[in-house]
Order: sequence, then structure tokens, then C-alpha cells
Amino acid sequence: MYTFRLTIIFLAFFIMNLAYGQSKMVLIKGDTYIPLYGRDSLKVTISDFEMDVYPVTNSQFLDFVEKYPKWQRSKVKRLFADENYLMEWKSDTKLSETQSLNAPITSVSWFAAKDYCECLGKRLPTVDEWEYVAMANKELPDARTLKSYNKYILEWYETPKTFNNNAGSTFKNYWNVYDLHGLVWEWTFDFNSVLVSGESRKDVDNDSNLFCGSAAVGATDLMNYAAFMRYAIRGSVKAKYAMKNLGFRCVKNINK
Amino acid sequence: MKPTSSSYAMLVALILLVTSCINNEKKTYDNAADIPVSREMIAELTSPPNVPTPVGLRKAKKLIVNMEILEKESTMTDGTTYNYWTFGGSVPGSFIRTRVGDEVEFTLSNHPDNKLPHNIDLHAVTGPGGGATSSFVAPGHEKKFNFKTLNPGLYVYHCATAPVGMHIANGMYGLILVEPAGGLPQVDKEYYIMQGDFYTKGENGEPGLQAFDMQKAVDEDADYVVFNGKVGALTGDNAITANVGETVRLYVGNGGPNLVSSFHVIGEIFDKVMVEGGSSINKHVQTTLVPAGGAAIVEFRVDVPGTFILVDHSIFRAFNKGALGMLKVEGEENKKIYSGVVQEGIYHPEGGTIQEMPDDDSKKVAPKENKTLAEKMESGKKIYMQTCFACHQAEGQGIPNAFPPLAKSDYLNADVNRAISIVLKGKTGEITVNGQKYNSVMTRQAISNDEIADVLTYVYNSWGNNKTNVTKSQVDQIKSGH
Repeated sequence: MYTFRLTIIFLAFFIMNLAYGQSKMVLIKGDTYIPLYGRDSLKVTISDFEMDVYPVTNSQFLDFVEKYPKWQRSKVKRLFADENYLMEWKSDTKLSETQSLNAPITSVSWFAAKDYCECLGKRLPTVDEWEYVAMANKELPDARTLKSYNKYILEWYETPKTFNNNAGSTFKNYWNVYDLHGLVWEWTFDFNSVLVSGESRKDVDNDSNLFCGSAAVGATDLMNYAAFMRYAIRGSVKAKYAMKNLGFRCVKNINK
Repeated sequence: MKPTSSSYAMLVALILLVTSCINNEKKTYDNAADIPVSREMIAELTSPPNVPTPVGLRKAKKLIVNMEILEKESTMTDGTTYNYWTFGGSVPGSFIRTRVGDEVEFTLSNHPDNKLPHNIDLHAVTGPGGGATSSFVAPGHEKKFNFKTLNPGLYVYHCATAPVGMHIANGMYGLILVEPAGGLPQVDKEYYIMQGDFYTKGENGEPGLQAFDMQKAVDEDADYVVFNGKVGALTGDNAITANVGETVRLYVGNGGPNLVSSFHVIGEIFDKVMVEGGSSINKHVQTTLVPAGGAAIVEFRVDVPGTFILVDHSIFRAFNKGALGMLKVEGEENKKIYSGVVQEGIYHPEGGTIQEMPDDDSKKVAPKENKTLAEKMESGKKIYMQTCFACHQAEGQGIPNAFPPLAKSDYLNADVNRAISIVLKGKTGEITVNGQKYNSVMTRQAISNDEIADVLTYVYNSWGNNKTNVTKSQVDQIKSGH
């Protein structure tokens, strides 16, 4: 009887985890690196953390809004998500026919993404954490200088409608993380910490600005156009924005 | 008629219009910023090569411009496509036409399917970034900003989001015209032409969807240099047109990102060029320089019909990379201005005798005397196939309307001496062969008298001709005789 109850509890916990979209995470070993847009080109130190292997999928987010109705399309506060929020969905709890369950969730606001992660005891990655993991290719932890690495990302920018592809459909990188490039943009916790005013060419004496003139002067890697564009997209959004090409994944601190 | 609210509104507007006429008609403003605006108007936007209606005498208005950004795949050249980023769905983007003093309310919308944030820097804007700061917009969103047009001229607009070069290289540029009060002088035809350079993974002409190549763009090694976004956007059926006697005005822009254009129309002289799109007018210009991120307005009257080719006179771009367009002009010929071909002739630099290559003595074979007919036929056929075949064809049938036949030829059979003479000296002008008129040119043939005898014997003894056996002495006689 006792074991039976334990099994039930265990099973319930397991099912809850599954249904609730507790996705697999992997360990990212921290290090010190210079981001493309290091604040004042300073080195950044990343502590060890865990990251979702895949971006959050439609099916996982569906479970989330069922559990937390305040994040359903018709109930969400406009302050926390604009009119594009889950726009493609058929209803509050139904995807449209063209959306696949395993495709990454997009058209979600930063508030929604942040809350999703927090409800799972996780958080959104910082820009520096995200960029740290994303500078890896299949073999190397830092592939930023490789032509093929940049080429892959740039080509994705020119491939339309990749948001319909399934999570896991791109490559597995050095850290065993999938889809950082080639599927959708991803929210980061401090996405607007590197200020982008929208005017790309002023403030050449101030690298808080990411557009052409200043970018050319301030960038640590002049050819990393691929990364410029990530910073540009981050700079163009507000926390309540929802976009068809913008999803997210979560990370978790390691408790020592 | 029932008085409706709209008719009242019209009445009010009319009164306002009349009063504003009284108040402002003769007023001129030293400072364009002081020009008042009356009423709203939605701007007409056109895709190239068309331009919106001229502003004419209209007053400054609040002008509503709605521009949508679309990232889409389209044709670069036959069999090759490219992912263009566009203002309004075309490369170059929609043409915006304003007048000095207009207050433009500009809404930039970024289509939800797009991947990237974009913005717009209009060179016609006085203000930081030319609007770039205020128009930076994420996919699925829109931004609105206002500006007043202060300086008349033709201005480039383009996207200024990082990496700027890539956004421009993918087609994000266009033209905005600010006309002076009262408008530009009227002309008969106006067109919108904008040059741009493109950098693709594959070389020029490589089929399939071609991706942007950042390295080539940095190296300024363009695969395509084109007018209006693709090869052939202004040629063949897409050519721009005019009629003889009309004045044509071209709004010429250059989006770059890298190359400066030496804009030229083959066979025309620009009567007027508004240099760099500004107020300075240069006259009688052959080629005008259009800087990357700059523009020019050129005007010329077309006086004669024909096809006039628009090129970047950095000429390999025109013929090898696509920077070529056409202006087709229809109407009456004017022989005084341009005659066309008046006469074609044979040109002998040495005055009638050909300069012969010094013969190599060792190779010189003494012509065999008293050849048999069979020998002459054999040699003659060889010579015919080398020398005559290209025009008169294998069976001597000639080519209708171009080269007369030798088979059953009344002209040939009538006079052997004339035939020898033609081979020796060439022939130009109209002749009638078997009832058909030919007006063409045959050059004198650089073959020996012996060979002429052989080839003519071959011709006379083939294809139903009169079997004359031409001898070398006959040829000698005619060469020295006449």
C-alpha cells in the first residue's frame, strides 16, 4: 500500500513534469569571453548554468496557458503583451492547423516568456549567457571567427518562415544545445541592456550604439555581421512585443 | 438633395480654401518651415519605373505616407532569384512625391513574416538620422513619425539598420522627390530609375536562389549592377517609351551600396541635368555622375525615333552585369537630325589594289597549265567552300533578300566577263537576279587568277548553269584590261 502510494506520487510528479513541459536541460560550463558587444569591450565571466536543449515548443506553451489562464490570448493584459500575442492561434487554447505542436512557440511577449520560465523554477538567459552558448558550432565552443559559422547564420536570416520548423531541426552544438541559430530569435532577460536607438550611425564615440558607424568602430569582430543583427532585433523590440519569429528558452542556476 | 454632413464638410472646406487663397496666395516664405499646410492627403506611391502625379500648383499639405516593408524572393535574372528586402514590395522602393512645406506623416510597417527589424533614413528629412531613430521597427509592428520638407530636390531614402550595407545591398532604397512651390516645369514623360549593385554567392548568371555574399560586398566585387532591381527591368517589353518631340524627365537614383554610376543614355544628350538632384542646372551633358546614396534629374527632348540605351557608362557593368535599360521612341524620322545609313561602300585602304601578304616562296606552287575540267572542278569546289559558301550557300541557292543565288542564275549566265570582274573587284549596289532585287555588298576576293578561274568554272558547271569553262588567261585579261 505504501509503495503503491509512493508510485502514484512519483508518477503524478513525472506526468506533471512532462505535461508541464519540463524540457531537458544540459550543463553549460562557464568561462570568460569577450562578447561582440562587450560593454566597454570588457571581458564577461559566465558562471556554470543549465540551459534548455530546445526552445520552448507550441505544445509546452499550450500546457502553460491552460494552467495559467491569465496568459491566454483573450485574457492577457495589454500591458504585458501586444495585439500580436499568440495571434496565429485558433483560440485561447488551440493552435491553428498550420502550426505544429513541436514547432517553437513564437508571438509571445517577454513578460509571458519570463513568467513561463519562472513558473518552472527557471529564468530567461541573459544576453551574455545566450551569446556565450550561441557562439559554439558543432565542434568548437567559440566558432565566431569561422567563415562557415557566420555564413550559416546569415543564410538563415535570408530563409523565410523557419518558425514553422520543428524544434531540434537545426544542429546540435558543442554544448548539446539545439536551434540557437536557424529557427527563431529568442528572448533574453536583459534584451534591451545594450541600447540601440534605431539610428545606426551616430555616437561613434560611444559603443552603446550598435548600428553601422559605431558598430564598425566598437565591434570586437568586424565581420560578425550575424551578431549585429541579433543585437539589432533585440534593440527593436519592447517587452510587450510579440513577433512571429521570436521565441525563447529557459536556463537555470546551478545550486551549489 | 438632402444636405448631408459630407456636403457641409465640402462647403466648409471650400470656404476655407477660398479664404486661405485670399490669405496666402501671393505670400512667399523665406523659410520653408513657415509654410502653412491645409488639409490632409494620402500620398500616391508608385513602383518603378512610374512616378506619381506632379504636385502642380497644389498647396503644402499634411501628406500621409504608408510604407510597408516586405522581405521576399524575386527574380534577379532568368533562372536566378534573390531574397530582396523591399520598401513597398519593389526594388527600388515606392516613389514618394512631395512639395516644399508638406508635413509628411510617415508610417513604416514591418510585415509580421519578416525576420528583421528595419527603419528608414530619408535624405529629405532634416533631423537626426533622417528619421532612422524614430522609425526603427520590429517585425509585425509599425512606427509613425512626422517631418516637414524644407529643401526642394530629389533625395534617396534607405534602410539604416545594422548591418546597413546588407540592408541596402538587399534592395532597401528608393527616391523621394520634393518639388518646389508650383512644381517642376511640366514635361511629357517622367520615369523612375534607380541603380543598385548586388552581391551573390554564385557568380553572375548562376541559376537558383542566390544568397547575399557579405565578403564580396565588403570587397565591392559586384555580381550584378542593375537598374530597378533586376536584369532586364527596363528592356524589351519593360522598356520605357516616349514619342518623337516629347520631353522626357528621368529621376535617376543610385542606391549603391558601393558603386557610383556614370549615367548615360546612348544617342541622347541631356538638355538639362539637375546636378545631384539639387537646384543647380547643367546643360548639354553626355554622362552625369550619380553618387551612391545620391540622385540626379535629367531631361531631354527626343527628336528621332529608335531605341536609346540607358547605361552605367562604366561599361562592363552595362554589358556584363546588367546595368542596361531601354527607351523606345516612336514617331516620324527626322533625316536632318539623324539620317540613318546613307551609303554603304567597299573600303580599300590602298586605293583599289589589295595589300597582299608576302608569299612564302617555298610554298609557292606554280599553277598547273592546262588543267582538265575535272581537276578544275575539284579545286574550284574547295575554293568555293572556303570563300563563297558562307553567303551563296552550299547549293548556290544564296539567302533570300540578302545574297543572290548562283544556281540557275540568269545574272551569272548572261555575262562571264562580268562575273570574273565581280570576283576580282567586288560588287556593290542593286542588281536583279532571277527577277529578285538585291542590294548588298560583295567584297573583292583575295584569291589568285588561277583560283578565280577554277571557282568560276565550278560554279558555271554546277546547279544548272551554262557550263562555261573559265580559263586563267580570261581572268588575267580582265584584271589587266579594265
